[in-house]
Amino acid sequence: MKYVLLFVETEQFEKDFEAMSQPDRDRAIALVYKWMADHADKIRGGSKLQPAATATTVRLDAGGEPVITDGPFVEGKEVVSGYTEVEVDDLDQVLNMVSTWPGCPTVEIRPIMEIRPLVS
Amino acid sequence: MTFTVEGRAEADRTASERELEQIVREHAGRLAAALVRITGDFATAEDLVQDAVLAALQRWPIEGVPNRPDAWLFTVARNRGLDALRRQSNYRAKLAELQRPVPSASDDRLRLIFTCCHPALPRAAQIALTLRLVCGLTTAQIARAFLVSETTVAQRITRAKRKITEAGIPYRVPDPNELGARLRQVLAVIYLLLNEGYLSTAERGQSRDLVDDAEWLATQLHDLMPAEPEVAGLLALIRLHRARADARFDPDGNLVLLEHQDRSNWDHDAIAAASHLLQRAAKQHQPGPYQLQAAIVACHADAPDWSTTDWEQIVLLYDMLLHLAPSPLTRLHRSIARRYTAGPEAALAEVDALAAALDRSHIYHATRADLLATVGRADEARTANRRALELTANPAEQAVLRRRIDWGDGAG
Repeated sequence: MKYVLLFVETEQFEKDFEAMSQPDRDRAIALVYKWMADHADKIRGGSKLQPAATATTVRLDAGGEPVITDGPFVEGKEVVSGYTEVEVDDLDQVLNMVSTWPGCPTVEIRPIMEIRPLVS
Repeated sequence: MTFTVEGRAEADRTASERELEQIVREHAGRLAAALVRITGDFATAEDLVQDAVLAALQRWPIEGVPNRPDAWLFTVARNRGLDALRRQSNYRAKLAELQRPVPSASDDRLRLIFTCCHPALPRAAQIALTLRLVCGLTTAQIARAFLVSETTVAQRITRAKRKITEAGIPYRVPDPNELGARLRQVLAVIYLLLNEGYLSTAERGQSRDLVDDAEWLATQLHDLMPAEPEVAGLLALIRLHRARADARFDPDGNLVLLEHQDRSNWDHDAIAAASHLLQRAAKQHQPGPYQLQAAIVACHADAPDWSTTDWEQIVLLYDMLLHLAPSPLTRLHRSIARRYTAGPEAALAEVDALAAALDRSHIYHATRADLLATVGRADEARTANRRALELTANPAEQAVLRRRIDWGDGAG
């Protein structure tokens, strides 16, 4: 089964990260790279995202013209900061993987919907 | 622990109905486990079990219980399942397996329990799935026991089954590194059944005795995982409560608080057996919340009467429990014991410190009322009893509180 891991950062996490010394920050980043390498056989892609301040949101349900606003679609203390697609046997394997994630404080696990092709 | 209360379940149910439910329960989980293995599909197996259980509850009272209930249930499930299987490509292979009953291995039943109690499912769904699949309850029985509509229970089950399929929740016993956390989920479900049955907050004369299901589940789990001390602890806790159940109501159906119970009505053999079970678990030196709660209940159960209760030991056990699982309600129970080791004034001060956390708890106000009355603050005691009365929906508890208020002395 395929899942997307949505990595969620909090304001506090961001502050703490910025307050770190450069060597500490490098070590934290190295831990994330190590985690990615440890699970490379299951990882099928993904990216770290630019900060939420760079987001632009388009709303198409406002009637008439699309409404374009700056910022993420929900203004909140928690924002998605990256995603990774993984392929494993079942949810427990993802849970096991995520339990050792060394980065941001929250990870949402979403199974990917298998879409059958419309035309075979 | 002076003010724990429950409603009397199963008053109106006949012995034969109970017997029937017990037979169904004995076989439903094994059937479910075998069917999940054969069909490879949790949701289909769940449907088949429910069909078979409903058919049994309908037909057995008329036709009599078959000689081999397990074979009977399996045949019904198989016949219903054939239609579903015909639509699948690997139908022939699975059909061959469905030709004979498959004895379910103990590992199968463990897998079933762990899947039903998977942490990715909401607690209410864990409970409903466990009761349906492992204990063989019908949707209607679950709805009655929890005072919710059948539609609500059916929706919980449907959503949970969808999530199991779509989110890829596996059907297996967790790996050793996950087992501790996952076992805690299973124990929490059983503990909630115990609470729901034992401290039920409303009248439900017709409802299933959930404490009986809790004991049955804990017994199964203990058979399957005999080396887990917390499983043994929870089983001992349930049995210690049940051993004293008969003394908790007087002949008129009024609740009798622990202090005033006739201890000759306790089942002392059952108490001794449960204490022995607990002592064996304790030898592993892995204390946990359930072993400690059972040890506290065992302290009460061992005492010949209220005045000879080993309160020092009980306070010590509460301290250990609070260290492992801090909770204001546990702190409240500890302060009740402190009344007998440090005096009512000291206990009252400790209770008062919990005001913010427990203002919505009737047990808090009832405990406080008792202490206030003891130290001669009768007016405040009456106010606290009234507040407790407002906060409970349990008729047996309400009756106790009304008696206290009417007598005007605040004491139970």
